[in-house]
Amino acid sequence: MLRFILGRLGQAIPVMLVVVTITFFMVRLAPGGPFDTERAVPPEVMEALNERYNLDQSMGAQYLNYLGNLLQGDLGPSFKFPNRTVNEMIASGAPTTFELGLYAIVFALVIGLLAGVVASLRANTLQDYVPMSLAMVGICLPSFVLGPMLVLVFGIWLEWLPVSGWGSSAGDKILPSITLGSTYAAYIARISRGGMLEVLSQDYIRTARAKGLSTFRIVTVHALRGGITPVVSFMGPAIAGLLAGSFVVETIFQIPGLGRFFIQAAFNRDYTMVLGMTIFFAGLIILLNLIADTVLVWLNPKLRPNARPS
Amino acid sequence: MAQPETAPERSPELSGQALESGSSLWHDAFVRLRRNRLAMMSLVFLVALVLVALATPWLAPYSYEEQDLALGASAPSAEHWLGTDTLGRDLLTRIMYGTRVSLMVGFIATAVALGIGVLWGTTAGFLGGRVDMVMMRLVDVLYALPFAIFVVLLTVIFGSSLLLLFLAIGAVEWLTMARIVRGQVLGLRRQEFIEAAISLGLSRWSIITRHLIPNALGPIIVYTTLTIPSVILLESFLSFLGLGVQAPQSSWGSLISDGVDTMEEYPWLLIFPGLTLAVALFALNFLGDGLRDALDPRVSKD
Amino acid sequence: MALLSVEHLSVHFHTREGVVRAVDGVSFSVEPGEVLGIVGESGSGKSVACYSLLGLIPMPPGRIESGRAEFDGIDLLSLSEKQLRRIRGRRISMVFQDPMTSLNPYMRIGDQLVESLRQHHRVDKKAARERAILSLEEVGIREARQRIDNYPHEFSGGMRQRVMVAMALITEPELLIADEPTTALDVTVQAQILDLIKEIQRRRNLTVVFISHDLGVVAGLADHILVMKSGQVVEAGPPKQIFRAPQHPYTRQLIEAIPTSAKSAVGTLEDTPLLDVRELYTAFPVYRGMFFPREVSRVEAVKSVSLSVRKGEILGLVGESGSGKSTLGRSIMRLVDSQSGEVWLDGKSLSALRKGELKRARRDFQMIFQDPYASLNPRMTVFDTLAEPLLLHGLAERGNLREEINQLMDDVGLDRRSVRKYPHEFSGGQRQRVAIARALAVRPRLIVADEPVSALDVTIQAQILDLLLALTQRHGLTMLFISHDLAVVRYLCDRVAVMRQGELVEQGETEAVFSHPQHPYTRDLLDAIPSVDFGTESAQ
Repeated sequence: MLRFILGRLGQAIPVMLVVVTITFFMVRLAPGGPFDTERAVPPEVMEALNERYNLDQSMGAQYLNYLGNLLQGDLGPSFKFPNRTVNEMIASGAPTTFELGLYAIVFALVIGLLAGVVASLRANTLQDYVPMSLAMVGICLPSFVLGPMLVLVFGIWLEWLPVSGWGSSAGDKILPSITLGSTYAAYIARISRGGMLEVLSQDYIRTARAKGLSTFRIVTVHALRGGITPVVSFMGPAIAGLLAGSFVVETIFQIPGLGRFFIQAAFNRDYTMVLGMTIFFAGLIILLNLIADTVLVWLNPKLRPNARPS
Repeated sequence: MAQPETAPERSPELSGQALESGSSLWHDAFVRLRRNRLAMMSLVFLVALVLVALATPWLAPYSYEEQDLALGASAPSAEHWLGTDTLGRDLLTRIMYGTRVSLMVGFIATAVALGIGVLWGTTAGFLGGRVDMVMMRLVDVLYALPFAIFVVLLTVIFGSSLLLLFLAIGAVEWLTMARIVRGQVLGLRRQEFIEAAISLGLSRWSIITRHLIPNALGPIIVYTTLTIPSVILLESFLSFLGLGVQAPQSSWGSLISDGVDTMEEYPWLLIFPGLTLAVALFALNFLGDGLRDALDPRVSKD
Repeated sequence: MALLSVEHLSVHFHTREGVVRAVDGVSFSVEPGEVLGIVGESGSGKSVACYSLLGLIPMPPGRIESGRAEFDGIDLLSLSEKQLRRIRGRRISMVFQDPMTSLNPYMRIGDQLVESLRQHHRVDKKAARERAILSLEEVGIREARQRIDNYPHEFSGGMRQRVMVAMALITEPELLIADEPTTALDVTVQAQILDLIKEIQRRRNLTVVFISHDLGVVAGLADHILVMKSGQVVEAGPPKQIFRAPQHPYTRQLIEAIPTSAKSAVGTLEDTPLLDVRELYTAFPVYRGMFFPREVSRVEAVKSVSLSVRKGEILGLVGESGSGKSTLGRSIMRLVDSQSGEVWLDGKSLSALRKGELKRARRDFQMIFQDPYASLNPRMTVFDTLAEPLLLHGLAERGNLREEINQLMDDVGLDRRSVRKYPHEFSGGQRQRVAIARALAVRPRLIVADEPVSALDVTIQAQILDLLLALTQRHGLTMLFISHDLAVVRYLCDRVAVMRQGELVEQGETEAVFSHPQHPYTRDLLDAIPSVDFGTESAQ
């Protein structure tokens, strides 16, 4: 297992390097580029940039410099606000975004798996149709439609829950978490239903029934492990999607998290900030994918590297 | 449960009776699709939507930038069926023009994704071996990357334009297409009827056009139909954030974004565009699901 | 007093296309310690009849319409699911066809065995584990104490089926239902599993219901045989009676379908070889590495094989799965590339041909494949499938195309009127006829047939074999016939070549090899044929 993880880490490093290289040069070569001296840049920023990136040097040298700083975990200064660094922004936004993401994913997993498993066990009955229709609704109502609608209904009309904020008033974490998680709850419900149906039609489930096991035991011990495998493979893309979704949700609910900072930076054309955060997001997603892959291997003994066929 | 052997073999007498009239898998699939009422309704709705979008310049009651500041935001009425926005622009007109943009992005970006994906997937699947390994590993790697973020980065650097939107979204969505096409090609290549075609001495071109493509087409059609809604979603996402279509042009995403700003006072500005988007996505997904059920060989076997 | 008695059992499946009478008024009984064999082809209802007793068919669409089933005085059909669970696995155990898929791939085999036992008996974990080890040893798994913590995929097919048997027997049931337990296995392994079941049955005086499509397999094992067709029992009786004096025409057909006799020598064969294979070597490279895959090893499928087939001869190429026989066939067909060696067809080297030349030369050698469901393009009508080779090689013009195709249809015994139909509208046997017609269309000199009948039901199998035999004689064809089934090879082939792990271990005249096998592996293969020895005068 350890060898597998180390092997995957070994693969992640070149991927990360490619990401950094592409984004760096993309930003660097942008028309009317970010480091273009003709633009109105405050002198102190110019100074800081010079110091960090050695703008008088060749592009190759600047790139190596950036890489060097990156290796020490330094993502550089903000292009627009000279007294702030990318690291500080990430440090201030990350805890909020992670908390939001965690709630959303827990919500998505609990609701999605429950609905999917129940629907698969009662395939083609009302208990299948209702959750699956709801899942279709969830997929067709993206967060930027669902979020405002929820605010409209529960925040403005019913006045049950706060319309914005994060941790400043009671219950203000509920709507953002549901908004962010609902699409993924819908996908997970569909995927886990499909996965469970696939597994339940396998011969080894028939074997388990022929052994006289109870339905509960068949589902929990024999079917679930294989049935949720596709959900685990979906977690990689889901997490990437959640991150993108956090841009929307944090904007709608005015939550001071990474997503909102990123969008603000994009609007301000704060190139170094966007560059730094893109690299941070990419690294985060690659890491989370690695975890998902590891779980996948752990779930399926056939994928384990030390498996020996006889 | 594995179905115990219940499938009745068609008796030879039965197949002799109907004189020379075979029914192709395409025909069978069409019959199955026709029976799926939800999918047929979706199809009709989508055709209507496309027609309206095409005819918008002649159909639209107002111009999309025609302002009536004196009127301001007004609720749905006889003159303005869906009301007007804060600048007094007719919402129905703006939704119709938004539909044009959103559908156009949906179709063109999907076509881009289809082009790249089919090319990549068939090349990998057909060449196989080492080339296939490297090509698909690249897809795996790209798959794990946060593309929405890259698209944002692109719009920041190059400024937002429709062309960029097509390319950026197409470049994101081709990955799954490539995987599906490659899986199809690889699976078909191992099929004995392809080997039989090679044994007969058929040229590579005939094998691809007569044997490979007709059999790989089903899943590609299905997945293309399902790609359109996710493309539309991505465009709306960017426009919602203000990084996609720029004012005075409108798309579903930018209309929703405008609606959110004023939803407390004028909820219809949020509800109607949101509803349009949701219904269009519904129809596309139902049609995609319906096509999958109709074209799935596993369904057609029994 | 019978242990299990079933009376007038009817099970129907209510599908959208209509009602399928899977089991239609079936009655039988099994005495304690007896082995009942149920024989029938696919769709005969033999499995459904047994599964429905234990509530193991999907309901709906399945429904038990009528009948009684008594097991040791208990009315099985009136039991609730909960009551049935106490019978399943404890008093009636089952072994299924495919050991690859019937064991849970995510669970260690030990856990699966222990689970069975602890479901029905109060045993603590440690004792259950010891019992599991014992029962693994009983079914002949060596080093059971170490192997118990392995996952199913770490065992070979035969070993997995042993695990299945151990799992079924660990609770000491009174009745064992074995559903085609050897069908998915290689012949030599099949013989071992049959011996195992026989031995345990005798030792424990176990009652067994043995379901199979293979009358030969059942005959060697059962005390009593039931022949089923289309949901009904057409004949029942002890094996001797069934073989000596079959009453029902279908039973006679089944018995005749067992190829027992050897092929009678056909005239005089010329001594000139049509096909000459010289030291052919085919290997598949295995790549590893992420962005720069390199060859880390190669799987050698065919290791320097030489053989020749004389004009007008049928050579049988025999071997078990993984022996490389299919790869050899495909290497001769140039469907896979060989690394070295040569293939000569009638004095011309096929290996030296360039692409364009090869395409034209392919007229002379054609292939018939195993799976008639996969070997026809599902989107082409029979007409198009047959027209393609005719037009490609200029064997027909637009004008006489129809006539040529009709000729081919007649040749393989298909109705001319069905040329506009698509493959999915035909049965398996009919599809295989279409595939044969396609191969014959270009009037080849050599046909490579790769397991052409192994996917078919036994009675259909016999028809296709006779068709192949008739066609080779009518058209003066030479054939390389690849098969795992020795009985079929003996029936059809003039000479036999035995292949094992990529090498030819023996070849010679069919009768010589069958009566005096030289290589020990050939002997093993021959011993594995279930012998039917009841003096089948009525057959043949």
